[in-house]
Amino acid sequence: MFDLLLYLKVFLVGGFICSVAQVLIIKTKITSARILVLFVVIGVFLEAIGVFDYLIEFADCGVTIPILGFGKALAEGAILGAQESGLIGVFTGGLTKTAGGIAAAVGFAYLFAIIFDARTKKNM
Amino acid sequence: MNKDERNARYNAYVESKIPKTHNFPSLIYAFVIGGIICILGQTIKDTLLAIFDTMTPQEASNWASIGLIFLASLLTGLGVFDDIGAIAGAGTIVPITGFSNSIASPALEFKREGIIFGMCSKMFIVAGPVIVNGVVASIVVGLIYLIIGAF
Repeated sequence: MFDLLLYLKVFLVGGFICSVAQVLIIKTKITSARILVLFVVIGVFLEAIGVFDYLIEFADCGVTIPILGFGKALAEGAILGAQESGLIGVFTGGLTKTAGGIAAAVGFAYLFAIIFDARTKKNM
Repeated sequence: MNKDERNARYNAYVESKIPKTHNFPSLIYAFVIGGIICILGQTIKDTLLAIFDTMTPQEASNWASIGLIFLASLLTGLGVFDDIGAIAGAGTIVPITGFSNSIASPALEFKREGIIFGMCSKMFIVAGPVIVNGVVASIVVGLIYLIIGAF
């Protein structure tokens, strides 16, 4: 069940994706928002050309936990939607597939923002 | 003082104020912490699959994402996430934890400007562009598949 080789691959691939982003941050001073946008669109592209499933087979959460996986889910949903229910599926598929993640992020953010207060920055 | 000289001075000043990213160590930290977060996701997924017989790998993957999203917003609320993020850089931004933090962090920050126009509207200040670009790209991909499928 807990395949150690898979865990090694998950670590290496996940780490590699993050360090590619870190290189971009160091070299181009790109903001983190742009990094997220860039990687989501890369994820959409990789799913569209059909390579993402091979990546998942190789490293599972190593590619789905990085934000690439969010783009993959959006594209996968839109493609499945197009194939199963035509034009309406193109519009409903993507967000249906990613609804869990978005709703969780919004819900927990709401909850914790109500419970906690912003910590005052030390160096201000 | 002419304009060019002033601009050059200003740029030098800005440069000196920008927090320095230490090149090589930050790369290692991003790699290791990013890798650990992915392993954490994989652990959640495999544990759930081991416990619940009826759960599909797809559902388990979703739960892994939601688990990490929960953890990241909790740590953001506690104020710990920024400390980890300062060391890890892209290691915490690129995994789904960064998406979660990008929603929770402004929510917390802008709560003092009110619930509706502060917290709720600022939540999507970073996540908005991510979702917009992702959705638009996915619609384009869906349309291409629809057209290809028609032949």
